[in-house]
Amino acid sequence: MTLQTIAHSETLIESSQKFNPVRLVDRIFYWVTVAMAIAIGVILLWITWSLLSIAFPAIAKFNIGFLFSTSWNPVQDSFGALPQITGTIVSSIIALLFAVPLGVGVAVFLSENFLPSKLQTPLAFVVELLAAVPSVVYGMWGIFVLVPFILPGLQTIHNLFGWFPLFSTAPSTRQMFATALVLAIMILPTIIAISRDSLLSVSPQLRQGAYGLGATRWETLVQVIVPSALSGIIGSVMLALGRALGETMAAAMLIGNSNRISASLFAPASTISAMIANQFAEASGLQKSSLFYLALVLMVLTLVVNVLAEIIVSKFQQVE
Amino acid sequence: MTSLTRFKRNAAVATLASLSMGLAVSCTPSSPDVATSPAAGGDAASPAAGSGGTVTLSGAGASFPAPLYQRWFADYNKQNPNTQISYQSVGSGAGVEQFQAGTVDFGASDAPLKAADKETFKAKYGAEPIQVPMTGGSVVFAYNLDGVDELKLSRDAYCGIVEGKITTWNDPAIAAANSGATLPSSPINFVHRSDGSGTTYAFTNHLKAACPGWTAGVNKSVEWPVGTGAKGNEGVTAQIQQTPGAIGYTEFSYAKENGLTMAAIENASGKIIAPTPEAGAAAFEGETVPADFALQVPDSKNPEAYPISTLTWLLLYPEYKDAAKRDALNSVITWSLTDGKAAANDLGYIPVDTALATKVKDQVATIK
Repeated sequence: MTLQTIAHSETLIESSQKFNPVRLVDRIFYWVTVAMAIAIGVILLWITWSLLSIAFPAIAKFNIGFLFSTSWNPVQDSFGALPQITGTIVSSIIALLFAVPLGVGVAVFLSENFLPSKLQTPLAFVVELLAAVPSVVYGMWGIFVLVPFILPGLQTIHNLFGWFPLFSTAPSTRQMFATALVLAIMILPTIIAISRDSLLSVSPQLRQGAYGLGATRWETLVQVIVPSALSGIIGSVMLALGRALGETMAAAMLIGNSNRISASLFAPASTISAMIANQFAEASGLQKSSLFYLALVLMVLTLVVNVLAEIIVSKFQQVE
Repeated sequence: MTSLTRFKRNAAVATLASLSMGLAVSCTPSSPDVATSPAAGGDAASPAAGSGGTVTLSGAGASFPAPLYQRWFADYNKQNPNTQISYQSVGSGAGVEQFQAGTVDFGASDAPLKAADKETFKAKYGAEPIQVPMTGGSVVFAYNLDGVDELKLSRDAYCGIVEGKITTWNDPAIAAANSGATLPSSPINFVHRSDGSGTTYAFTNHLKAACPGWTAGVNKSVEWPVGTGAKGNEGVTAQIQQTPGAIGYTEFSYAKENGLTMAAIENASGKIIAPTPEAGAAAFEGETVPADFALQVPDSKNPEAYPISTLTWLLLYPEYKDAAKRDALNSVITWSLTDGKAAANDLGYIPVDTALATKVKDQVATIK
């Protein structure tokens, strides 16, 4: 049956090749798409190459020590990015700590039939709208609404648990913790939307099978549905992590841009993209190439995250 | 059929080509006449050149004087509708860069051109660049401290705050100058600029002259020993307003516009002076202006002067191919230095005094 169909379609292609105009259009379309596909690769290479070439003086001078030095001193032309690199990683990880449980929870809720679909669809739409809010608005909202709102609570935490290094400084109005909270809200829609899609695409037979074996709804959810959607969920988390790592505007507005590493989450810190956004306009010479070096570091970080995501996702797909 | 498709394709290519040509052409007028000559090139090139002597000038640079420049250029345009001036406040560094690259008609910078920049310019254009001071401004300490309306800071006090040696408001160094005021024991939150800025340059330039313990140097951005960073004057302002116990520096015009409380500080003669345009102008009194107008007074000796005051400069090409542009620039600079004084006072900038203004006009008149 299948063999016959293939044979039949082949003759169709053959006959269509005799029809000249269509063939020409097809070929144009083919070459246009090829050109576009190549262009994407070329642009990426181009960007990487320009980053490298402008960053070269800084790479030559500071070498790998750039990643471990904490001084950013434009007066003496000595640059190091450890506070920015740790700030970027720490803020993203804290953001994930908040966003992953919440996001996956919401995705499960919205993919089950807890709610009538009249309510469910608009709710899912609202979640996706969160992704449409510009990051500068998140920054503003963080400064003028979220920070004043959470500050008394953080002060209490500091008073009670000040002996613990993570809460050891009095909460500043620009700080790591508030930035991570805003980042968490910003990456929630990514996690929810993609996780929900992959939960919805779990085949109904699996669910029916689990029920048939006598599993309750929660057992089905936790032991069957979520594990079989895991590759999609992990993919969403990695995408979200990528966004958190690269987020610029909200971080630059909220994190306090202080060039120091502090164990306390309530102290100001800095991130790679915030540093670039802040200093790029007035930078020249070695400072500029150091900023490009910093951009390169961020690019490598994001690349590593994406490669990791690919590996993990493919592993879980094999398990399935 | 085939030929029709081909024809359509050719037409599309032709449209694309003419479009990109159009883009290229419309870009030309914005480049300065030193490097290219759009006036000679152009029947279609610049519609502006043809229609009754309308001149379009474009400039870019310093953000410190940007509110004043924008006001000046808008007012000037109202009186002289034939001259349109656009100013992008992209920052001094970018301003100097665009000026060097020749993509603007004039640049603007909060710091005088460095020797290296002048060399590069000379190598490219064959003559010295012209820099003229347009206005001055003061950098002030703005703070947020409940119940303290007239904070006075001695040198020891403000040097200690920026160096991170004084960390609480009731420190004896602060209390000594503020008898009568109730200073809280809360920590001092110092707020500095996180982006590179002429304001930071002026501020650190003064700190280096006034504070023996200041080791971070003078630059548009430095490695701060203490404090949190905020982007732009508006960022610093928001953070000060939001944080009780915060103190930071902004330009006077900005603090005035936003109603921030400003501290009076001790000058080189030991007098405590509140920031006003008059006290700011006093910082430049009696100083000799060098030939390239690069007058910097990091710590004025004048007993009446508010000590953190700086000038800001326009960068001009020594020669403009388009005489109309040169004349328009000349006219707008002259106008700004005379009729524009009122606007400068209005916005809290320090107008350039008459003697210096005359020198600037003479210098601008030498542009070919």
